[in-house]
Amino acid sequence: MATLQAGSRDGLLPDHTLSAISIRGAVKRYGAITAVDGLDLEVPYGVCLGLLGPNGAGKSTTMRMLTAQSRADEGEITVLGNVLPKESKKARALMGVVPQQDNLDEELTARQNLEVFAHLYRVPKGDRVAAVDRALAVAQLTDRADTKADDLSGGMRRRLLIARGLVHRPRLVLLDEPTVGLDPQVRQELWSLVAALRAEGVTTLMSTHYIEEAERLADECALMSRGRVVARGTPADLIAEHAGARVDEHHGPPDRLAEIAELARQAGVATRRTGPSVSVLAAERQPESLRDRLGPPSVQRAASLEDVFVVLTGESVE
Amino acid sequence: MTAPTAADPVTAEPGGVAGDIGWFEWAPVRGVWSRELALYRRHWASTSFAALVEPTIYLLAFGFGFGSLIGTAYGYDYRDFVATGVVATSVLFISAFGAMFGTFIRRTFQHTYDAVLAAPVDVHELVTAEASWLAAKAGVYGCAPMVVGIAFGLPLGPGMLLVPFVGFLTGLAFALFGIWVSAIMPSINSFDYIISGVLAPMFLVAGTFFPVDQLPPWAAGAARVNPLYHCVELVRDSVFGNLGWHDFAHVGVLLLFVALMWSLAVWKMSARLID
Ligand SMILES: Nc1ncnc2c1ncn2[C@@H]1O[C@H](COP(=O)(O)OP(=O)(O)OP(=O)(O)O)[C@@H](O)[C@H]1O
Ligand SMILES: [Mg+2]
Repeated sequence: MATLQAGSRDGLLPDHTLSAISIRGAVKRYGAITAVDGLDLEVPYGVCLGLLGPNGAGKSTTMRMLTAQSRADEGEITVLGNVLPKESKKARALMGVVPQQDNLDEELTARQNLEVFAHLYRVPKGDRVAAVDRALAVAQLTDRADTKADDLSGGMRRRLLIARGLVHRPRLVLLDEPTVGLDPQVRQELWSLVAALRAEGVTTLMSTHYIEEAERLADECALMSRGRVVARGTPADLIAEHAGARVDEHHGPPDRLAEIAELARQAGVATRRTGPSVSVLAAERQPESLRDRLGPPSVQRAASLEDVFVVLTGESVE
Repeated sequence: MTAPTAADPVTAEPGGVAGDIGWFEWAPVRGVWSRELALYRRHWASTSFAALVEPTIYLLAFGFGFGSLIGTAYGYDYRDFVATGVVATSVLFISAFGAMFGTFIRRTFQHTYDAVLAAPVDVHELVTAEASWLAAKAGVYGCAPMVVGIAFGLPLGPGMLLVPFVGFLTGLAFALFGIWVSAIMPSINSFDYIISGVLAPMFLVAGTFFPVDQLPPWAAGAARVNPLYHCVELVRDSVFGNLGWHDFAHVGVLLLFVALMWSLAVWKMSARLID
C-alpha cells in the first residue's frame, strides 16, 4: 500500500502508473461480436468516474478485463501500477468489485458471505470480525446478519453485494450498476456511501444507467458506445459541449415532428426524440433562420446529461 | 447503507493489506474451507448419518448375504474384505460426486466462482481449495465403513490410522477428476455418462467386492490402471497389517493421478471461468 501511495503522489513507480486505471487500445472479441473495440480509458487516482452507455456497449466487459477475468485480445491494461494480466492478482487484492450480476453465496448467511471474502481478501485474522461487522453496518444488515442470502430481499442482497466488495477497505472500487433494484431511500444511502469513498480518496469506476446518479456522483463521465469511449468529461462540460445550455422541445403531430427533425438536421443542429416531442439541443446556438422556421418551442428547459447520452450513443438500441 | 464516518472510514489507511503475493497462497484455501465449514456445521448430522448408514447396508447385504456363501476372499473373512472395499467406494462417492455436482452448480447457477476470481484468487488455488476440502471429507468419512466393520468384528490394528490419509489422497484425485468433469460436461444431465460409463465400472473393477484376480485377464489389467484399485490395496494392506515396499507403488500411482487430474481440472476450469 505504501508503494501505491508513492505511485500516486511521488511518482516512484514507472510513469505509466500515474492513473489508477489505464486502458490503452483494448480489444475484446467474442466470436463475431467485438464487445470492446479499441477502448482507451484513464482513471486518475481519487476520481469517481461514471461509465455510461447503452446495453451491450461493453461496460461489464471492461470491468471484467480489469480483474483479468476477461483477457483482452489486444491492448495494454494497468491497474494500480500492476500490469495485467501478469500482475492481476496483486491488483485484485487492492480492488473491490461489485458485479452487475448477483453472485452471493445463497446457502450462506449475510455474515458468512462476508467472512469468506474477508479470508479471500486476506484481512488479517485479528481484524476479521471487526471488518465483517463494519461491512454489515455499511449494508445496514446488522440485525439480519444470520439470515441466509437466499432469504434476503432483492435490495438487501444488493447491499450485501456492495458491502462484500468493501470488506477489505479497497483503494479502488469497481461498481457495475450498483443501484439496480434499490428503492429510492437505499439508493440515496448508496450515493452517500460513494460520496464517502470519494472523500477518502478511493478511486471509483461506476457504471450506471441512471443518468442522475452519474451527474451527482461522478467527477467525470465516460460515455461508451459499441466498445469504445465516445465522449469524456465532467457532466457539466459534456452537457455544454454536446447539448448546449438550453433545449427547445417542440410538440406536434408526427408529420410536424419529422419535419422539425429534418429542418434541424439540414441546419446542422442536433435533435432527439423526447416522447411526444422533438428536442432541439443547444437551442441557444441554433441559427436564426431555423428558429424562425420552427416557431416558438412548446417547452424550454436546461440541457441534461441524458440529452448528451442519447445524442452520442444513438436513439435506437441494437 | 450507512455512510461511514471519519472515525470509521470505508477504506484502510495506506500500510494495510497485501504485501507480496505469491503464485500459490493459503488464503484462498482458508476462504473456501471457511465456506465449507459453515455449511458443514449446518448439515453435519445428515452428512454423518448418510456416511454411516450406507456402509452398514453394504456390509449387511454383501458381507453377510454373500459372505455366508463365499466365506473367505483373498484369504480374509469376506465381511472384512467388503468393509475395507467399501472404504474406497465411500471415498470415491464423496469426492467425485461432491466435486462434479458441487462445482458445476457453483460455477453455472450460483456464479460463486466469478465472485471468488474477482478477489485475489487464481483458478489453480480455487481448484486446490475445493478439491482439498472434499479430500479431507473423504478421508474422514471414508473411515465410516471401517468403523462399522469394527463393530461387526473387523480386528483392530495400528495400520488403521493410515486409512484417513489413504482416503485423503484418493479423495483428492477423484475430487480433481470431478472438477475436471464438471468443466467439460455441458449439463448436469450429461454426468450420467460419466457415472455409468466411468465411475460404475471403476467402482466394480477395483477389488472392492471381489478380488481382481478373479476377473478375465484384460479386466484384471484394466484394474491396475484404476486408481481406486490402488486405494483398495492400500486400505487392505494398512488395515490387515500387510504394508510393504509395494505400497509405495500404489501411493505413486495415486500421486500421478492427482498430478494429472490437477492439471486437467485447472486447465478446463480456467477455460470456463476466464474468457
Ligand atoms: N462471455 C461472453 N460471450 C459472448 N458474448 C459476450 C460475453 N460477454 C459479453 N458479450 C457480449 O459483449 C457485448 C458487451 O456486453 P457487456 O456485458 O460488456 O455490455 P454492457 O455495456 O455491460 O451492457 P449492459 O448495460 O446491458 O449491462 C454484448 O454484445 C454481449 O453480448
Ligand atoms: Mg453490464
